[in-house]
Amino acid sequence: MSAAFAAPQTLAQKLIAHASGRDRVALGEIVTCRVDLAMFHDSSGPRRLQPMLEALGAQIWDKSRVVLVMDHYVPERDDDARRIVRIARDWARAQDLPHVYDSMGICHVVVPQHGHIRPGMLCVGGDSHSPTGGAFGAYMFGVGSTEMLGVMVTGEIWLRVPETIRMWWDGALPRGLTAKDMMLHMIGRFGMNGGRYQAVEFAGPAVAALSMQERMTLSNMSAELGAQVGLIAPDATTAAFLAAAGAPAVEAAPWFTDAGAALVDHRFDAATLEPHVAAPHSPANSRGVSHYAGTPIDVAYIGACTGAKLDDLRAAAQVLRGHTVPAGVRLIVAPASLQDQAQARDEGVLQVLLDAGAELFPTACGACAGYGDPMGDDITVISTTARNFKGRMGSPSAQVYLGSPYTVAAAALRGCVTDPREVLA
Amino acid sequence: MMATHRVWRLGADIDTDLLAPGHAMKHGIETIATFCLETVRPEFAREVQPGDVIVAGPNFGIGSSREQAAAALVHLGVAAVIAPSYSGLYFRNAFNLGLLLLTCAEVDRLGENDRVTLDLDTPAVIAGDGTRLRCEPIPGFLMDMVRAGGLMNQLRQRAGKEPLHA
Repeated sequence: MSAAFAAPQTLAQKLIAHASGRDRVALGEIVTCRVDLAMFHDSSGPRRLQPMLEALGAQIWDKSRVVLVMDHYVPERDDDARRIVRIARDWARAQDLPHVYDSMGICHVVVPQHGHIRPGMLCVGGDSHSPTGGAFGAYMFGVGSTEMLGVMVTGEIWLRVPETIRMWWDGALPRGLTAKDMMLHMIGRFGMNGGRYQAVEFAGPAVAALSMQERMTLSNMSAELGAQVGLIAPDATTAAFLAAAGAPAVEAAPWFTDAGAALVDHRFDAATLEPHVAAPHSPANSRGVSHYAGTPIDVAYIGACTGAKLDDLRAAAQVLRGHTVPAGVRLIVAPASLQDQAQARDEGVLQVLLDAGAELFPTACGACAGYGDPMGDDITVISTTARNFKGRMGSPSAQVYLGSPYTVAAAALRGCVTDPREVLA
Repeated sequence: MMATHRVWRLGADIDTDLLAPGHAMKHGIETIATFCLETVRPEFAREVQPGDVIVAGPNFGIGSSREQAAAALVHLGVAAVIAPSYSGLYFRNAFNLGLLLLTCAEVDRLGENDRVTLDLDTPAVIAGDGTRLRCEPIPGFLMDMVRAGGLMNQLRQRAGKEPLHA
């Protein structure tokens, strides 16, 4: 057994072992983990949790480990939205929650920007894009409201120790290519359940070269790969982002996959990657942009935690600088957080987008989940968001294509699906 | 004597937006359930009977974490979903809400309006002609959760309260 004891471990195993108070855990084992951070929003959180907690007569196990973000139903468009957001605000006040971010942006972006997610943590989020936190070397995954209730009451959650599927990216991304293209490529290849609810780990030189926000895009769309988590081993880029976010100093060193750990390896070459587009109605309908080039579009949507962070806005501005979108094309920009919007304004990026004819929408989930101003009937949309399920953005007859912010901006400029490398100066 | 269940046969990739559409999410489960599967089977929410089962293709429940996508089926009285694979997040939500999911590779042998029985001990689905379709084993603590009617009832029991009726 001593050989087994010395067996190398994956990053996922190390994180779960740490959270379950064990030296090591075996693949497939079911373990109970303590939760370091629980995040939820106005849709999945208070309106569901408050009545359930009251029915149990239970209290939150540790308020310092809870983060509430109002992002789904803000700004409030109707009486239902006002009621839902009011429940969240009233409950936050009544509970005296220490960490509440109201109308400041989308949870998966706002929470890391305030330093809440750090290497080595085990976190749960009441939202399917919670794997975004994996970009920081935290084991973070999404849960439903009832399971979140269990966490609120016990501070614990069960896990089956996953296999690791490692996506190893060699080479360097060419100009006009992004993490979004990498993800659309992987989802097109493996399908929406290719991750089999195991741990995906993104690694290799092309991943190490990505900015923190680009890494977040990879981890974010691990949800569309069907993985439980999308992990990236923390490094100096992680530490610098967290320091800027005012997070306490972190120990990144122990959080990596040992050489020789049992895992499934897939290799990719970033240098030869083409911009990718996913056609309606699945992110898995993803191919090189040339397959869809020329498809006319009515709306270009740059929004969501997936596709409207500062780096995404910068990419779109590179395409649109000095241009305006043609009549008949709507360009909508909904920055992912107030912080990103402010920085984009300071850098002149926001002005480039506005000069191009962009309509600026609130820093919220908005049309991505069909909650905000939804897309109309029979229109064709190209979007930087994560999902293009039928009806996802409002109308079931809307045709939604997915692409990177470069690709969406290029489509806005030409009025049709376009390879962004053709229009990048 | 095991009950028989009528089959609603669906395809692959039934996502959470089909089960609980975004436009309905601001409402309670009674309303959300009336829109369940409206895009692919408009008659489903109106005609499904308590005890019916859904048989679907791979990747059932992909998409959002919204547990209303499982709660809507519980609300409509669906006894179980039978599919070759599920979104992992949906799988957790379903058991937390007391909805039984059976993972069965051989769903191609089942069609619309078939009548099946469920053997939860093995577990297996027994087709109308008596064929046993084996399902993947379910951890005991998850079966306990389904039998209790979900995690909420288990937490209530632990807190010394009466279970809520499903």
